Amino acid sequence: MGIKIKLQNLNVFFGDTRAIKDVSVDFHENMVTAIIGPSGCGKSTVLRSMNRMHDLIATARVTGSIIFDQEDIYDKNVDPVDIRRRIGMVFQKPNPFPAMSIYDNVIAGHKLLGSLKKQESDRIVEESLKRVALWEEVKDRLKTNSMDLSGGQQQRLCIARTIAVRPEVILMDEPCSALDPIATAKIEELINELKEQYTVVIVTHNMQQAARVSDYTAFMYLGELIEFDRTGKIFTNPDKKHTEDYITGRFG
Amino acid sequence: MTVSNLRKIKSLFMTLLMIASTIVILLPLVIIFFHIVKMGFSSINLDFFKHIPKPTGETGGGMANGMVGSLVLIAMASVIGLPIGIFGAVYLVEYGGGRFSNIIRFSADVLNGIPSIITGMVAYSLIVVPMKGFSTLAGAVALALIMTPIVLRTAEEQLKLVPNSLREASLALGVPLWRTTFKVTLRSAMRGVLTGILLAIARIAGETAPLLFTALGNMFWTSKLTEPIAAMPLQIFNFAISPYDDWHRLAWAGALVLVSFMFTISLATRYFSRQKR
Repeated sequence: MGIKIKLQNLNVFFGDTRAIKDVSVDFHENMVTAIIGPSGCGKSTVLRSMNRMHDLIATARVTGSIIFDQEDIYDKNVDPVDIRRRIGMVFQKPNPFPAMSIYDNVIAGHKLLGSLKKQESDRIVEESLKRVALWEEVKDRLKTNSMDLSGGQQQRLCIARTIAVRPEVILMDEPCSALDPIATAKIEELINELKEQYTVVIVTHNMQQAARVSDYTAFMYLGELIEFDRTGKIFTNPDKKHTEDYITGRFG
Repeated sequence: MTVSNLRKIKSLFMTLLMIASTIVILLPLVIIFFHIVKMGFSSINLDFFKHIPKPTGETGGGMANGMVGSLVLIAMASVIGLPIGIFGAVYLVEYGGGRFSNIIRFSADVLNGIPSIITGMVAYSLIVVPMKGFSTLAGAVALALIMTPIVLRTAEEQLKLVPNSLREASLALGVPLWRTTFKVTLRSAMRGVLTGILLAIARIAGETAPLLFTALGNMFWTSKLTEPIAAMPLQIFNFAISPYDDWHRLAWAGALVLVSFMFTISLATRYFSRQKR
C-alpha cells in the first residue's frame, strides 16, 4: 500500500506562535490513521492544514510541505479549492446546511457549483446515502429539512455529503464527540467500510476509539509528533515513554 | 405591618410605576396616530390616489404623483445603495480584516450621522450643479447616500451572525469562497438583511430635507429622470405651509398615507423576523 499524503517538516504559525513544530508523517492509502493527543496538542491544526483550511485565517502561516499525489498542496500553482474537493472534511459538530433538505444537503457539493440533471443527482444522492447506511431511514422523506434528523443521522448525512463529491481522502475532526455511544458505534463501523475506497485520517481525543478504528496512530503533544506507528504497537508496546504515559492515562 | 406585607406593597407600587411609564411612552405614539387618522381620513378617497394636485378651490386633487415619485426615488436609491451596501458588507466580513476595513466601517458610521440636509447639499453640489438642474437622479443619489451606510452596517451584523461552521461546511466541499459567500452565507443571513433593507427604505421614505434641493418636487407628472420629481414628504410640506384649507386637508391625508406605509413596513419586518424554522 502506498503513501497517499506525506507531511514533511510541517510548521504552522498563528502570528508569532508556532503551533505545529516540524511534523513529518506518512498517511497510508486506504488505511485509517488516527491522530491522538491531549487537548491543545495541535491535532486539529495538523488536520486542517491538510485541506488548506488555514488559508482562511489571516494570521496563519504554513511552512514545510504536504505531498499529495506527487505534488505539494501548498505549491503556488495549486488551487486550494481543487485540493478541498479531493480531500474532504467532516467536522466535530454535525453541520448540515440548515435551510436545505436532506436531498439538497447530500448534493450540495455539486449544486453549489452548477446544476445537475435530475437523474444524475438522484443517483448520486441514493448512492451516497446508501454508503453511509442512511438511505433506508430517510428515503421516504428526502425533501424534509435536514435539521429534523438526530445528531448521529446528521453526521452520517455530512459524511454522505462529503463522499458525494468523490474525494480521495476523508479528514475527520473528532466526528463522534458530539454523538451518543450508539451513533458513535455506527460511525465507527462506517469508517471501517470507508477505508476500502478512501484514505481516512481521524483526529480523536478518545484513545479507545483510536484503538478500535485505526490502522496507524500518530501521537502528538504540544505541537510535536512524539510517535507514529501501527496502532497495535502504539497501544501495546510504544517506543517512547511519553506515549506510554499518555496511553496509560498518567496525563491527559 | 409585617415585612412581607410591606414588600408586597412596594412590589405593587413598582409594578404600577412601570405600567404608568409604558403608558406615558406609548401615549405620544397613539395620540399622533389617532390625530393623523382623524385629520386625514376624511380626505382619503379614490381621487387622492388617482390624481395629481389641482389648483386650490378645485375638487378632486390628489397626491398620486407624490406617491409614485416616492416609489421611483426609493427604487432608484435602492439600485444604487443596495449593491454597494451588501457587497461592502460582504467584503468587510468575508474578505476584510486590516486597516482598510476599519476605514470603511468608520466612514459608514460617519455617513450615518450626517444630518440629511447636508447630504442633500452634497448631492446638490455633485449632481444638480453639473447637470444645471434639479432632477430625480439627484434626489435618488441623496437618498442613496443615506441608505447605503444603514444597509452596509445591518448586512455586516447579519453576516457576522452566520456561524462559521456553515462556511466551513461549504468550503470543505471544494466550493470557492465567493460562491460560498453568496449561495450559503448570504442566503443564511438573508432574512436579517431583508429586515435591514426594509428599515432603510422606511427611513428614506420619510426624508424631506435631502430632497428639498435635489428632487425639488413637482406638481405634475415627471417624464424624465433629469426632471424634478414629486415625493410624499415634499408635497406634504408644500401643502402644509400653503395658506389654503383644502390643501391642508390633502397634507393630512398624505401624512396618513405615509405613516401607514411606515406601519406596513414595520409589520413586514416583524413578519420576517418571526418566521424561524
